[in-house]
Amino acid sequence: MSAPARAVTGVLREFGGLFAMALDVVAGMFRRPVQGREIVRQFWFIASVSILPAALVAIPFGAVITLQLGSLTAQIGADSFNGAASVLVVIQQASPIVTTLVVAGAGGSAICADLGSRTIREEIDAMRVLGVSPIHRLVVPRVIAATAVAALLNGMVSVVGVCGGYFFNVVVQDGTPGAFLSSFSALAQLPDLWVAEIKALLFGFLAGLVAAYRGLNPRGGPKGVGDVVNQSVVITFLLLFFVNFVISVVYLRIVPAKGA
Amino acid sequence: MGVEVVVQGLGKSFGAQAIWRDVTLTLPAGEVSVLLGPSGTGKSVFLKCLVGLLRPERGRVVINGVDLCSCAERDTYEIRKLFGVLFQDGALFGSMSVYDNVAFPLREHTRKSEKEIHAIVMSKMDMVGMRGAERKLPGEISGGMRKRAGLARALVLDPRIILCDEPDSGLDPVRTALLSQLLIDLNAQLDATILIVTHNITVARSVPDNLGMLFRRELVLFGPRELLLTSDIPVVAQFLNGHKEGPIGMSEEKDSADFSARPPGADPSARPLGADSPARPPGADSPARPPGAIPETLVPQLQPTPGLPPRDAVRRRKLRLLQSLDTLPTPAREGVLATMTREDLDHYDTWRRRTSAIPIATHHPRGGPR
Repeated sequence: MSAPARAVTGVLREFGGLFAMALDVVAGMFRRPVQGREIVRQFWFIASVSILPAALVAIPFGAVITLQLGSLTAQIGADSFNGAASVLVVIQQASPIVTTLVVAGAGGSAICADLGSRTIREEIDAMRVLGVSPIHRLVVPRVIAATAVAALLNGMVSVVGVCGGYFFNVVVQDGTPGAFLSSFSALAQLPDLWVAEIKALLFGFLAGLVAAYRGLNPRGGPKGVGDVVNQSVVITFLLLFFVNFVISVVYLRIVPAKGA
Repeated sequence: MGVEVVVQGLGKSFGAQAIWRDVTLTLPAGEVSVLLGPSGTGKSVFLKCLVGLLRPERGRVVINGVDLCSCAERDTYEIRKLFGVLFQDGALFGSMSVYDNVAFPLREHTRKSEKEIHAIVMSKMDMVGMRGAERKLPGEISGGMRKRAGLARALVLDPRIILCDEPDSGLDPVRTALLSQLLIDLNAQLDATILIVTHNITVARSVPDNLGMLFRRELVLFGPRELLLTSDIPVVAQFLNGHKEGPIGMSEEKDSADFSARPPGADPSARPLGADSPARPPGADSPARPPGAIPETLVPQLQPTPGLPPRDAVRRRKLRLLQSLDTLPTPAREGVLATMTREDLDHYDTWRRRTSAIPIATHHPRGGPR
């Protein structure tokens, strides 16, 4: 087999393994006993490392969008819709992505490193030999925790992002506070919020899954653990933007814009 | 009693690289076996195939009539409950105390109360001499203690088969000797089948009932300890004596280069010695050995600590070996006979007489040629 063909089959095999594990994880979520304590521990850990970075990223993100849109809307004389546009962008696109970047970067990398070092210390093998499935015992709680944190953090990031946008629009661009607030519901609608939450759930699941998958399959000792942590973050980011693109296209197709 | 493990034609490769192929051996029930081999010959991989952690491409591993290589995931988990595995560094769960580690299998697989669990854990901790260190975390104890704690965890579900991956690595000679004694004592008490994977010659010479050796992606030899310890096959003799000269080189690349130059299917031991090593006739180390004497490599086997019951495996093994004595080469046969007492031979004779008195049906009871 030639080198490119081998590379392609290698990539396909990895994705196949990832999908197989996704099915195992989903099946494992409904298997007893539920690892309640582990879920809470992991949830707490991921939340504690993600909240502050997420908030700090959300403020400038919301601000940049508002600033950009502010000058644009002013040029075409649509200043009063500034708030509506920024809300739409922050809630639907920026917030789920920011949330998952932080969950994958802060929580996912830690999960990956933890599972990776356990694998090379043979703890995972020992667990299998003792008749305990590491998927059910370790991976499922982590994926559930990452999903839940992403879904909840998404709400916070939306609020913080919109507040950041409001602040910069009103203070820096001399926008009208009333117009900004009253235009919120001019373009945005409830399904926008739902699709944002669905995105966050899915992205959180992916972040946890990719981190766990890479963590359980390190190559070649301690250096391999460093490599898979690196890979897990990169793979999550790539998947994230791709899946976001797909969901956005489907959403815009099936949910008509307000007033259309 | 222990369980017999039958391995037939096992082959494993990672990608295009074959680790070993066509490994066939039987671990007799309740006996202690050692699998030897230079570093990098896939001993640990073999162990992982035995417990079903890795799936070999070819061959079968039959335990209790179930082929571990082709059975469903659910059966694999059932069969694994027969196993206790001691991993190289103990493989304790780093976030749990030693006590919780040892109690883990009980809490997962049994409905015992905490009080019962405590009693079992403490008895196993006593067995491996770890009492007093229960509350420590794995990171706070020495490598030898981690190994013993790992052994306690492997023992807690009363396994029928115990696998040890390099129990001696990272231990000083005294600790290694103590651990070897511990394994023999465990065998006397539990009568479990034990397989030890190692490259420690002292362990290989003194502990097992059976020895095997992996080299150049094949199982060179597997059989009673007397067979390998008196063997004059160059690879086996070189390894068991720790000599520089012989077919085993420094790097695995050299070994595999020699391997690929060899016609497939040829006996690995039949190769002439490498050009860089002076030709050395077998048995050249002890040219003065009188004919019929037992070579000094055949050291007496380790006995259980006085006070423990005798190993039942020894009795079964003697009977088994006497039956197949004529298949062994002369030095091995002499080695086996040297371990037999008068009573053993008498016992064998009565057994033979009794079994030969039983008529063996050579034709079908009805409608045979009359």
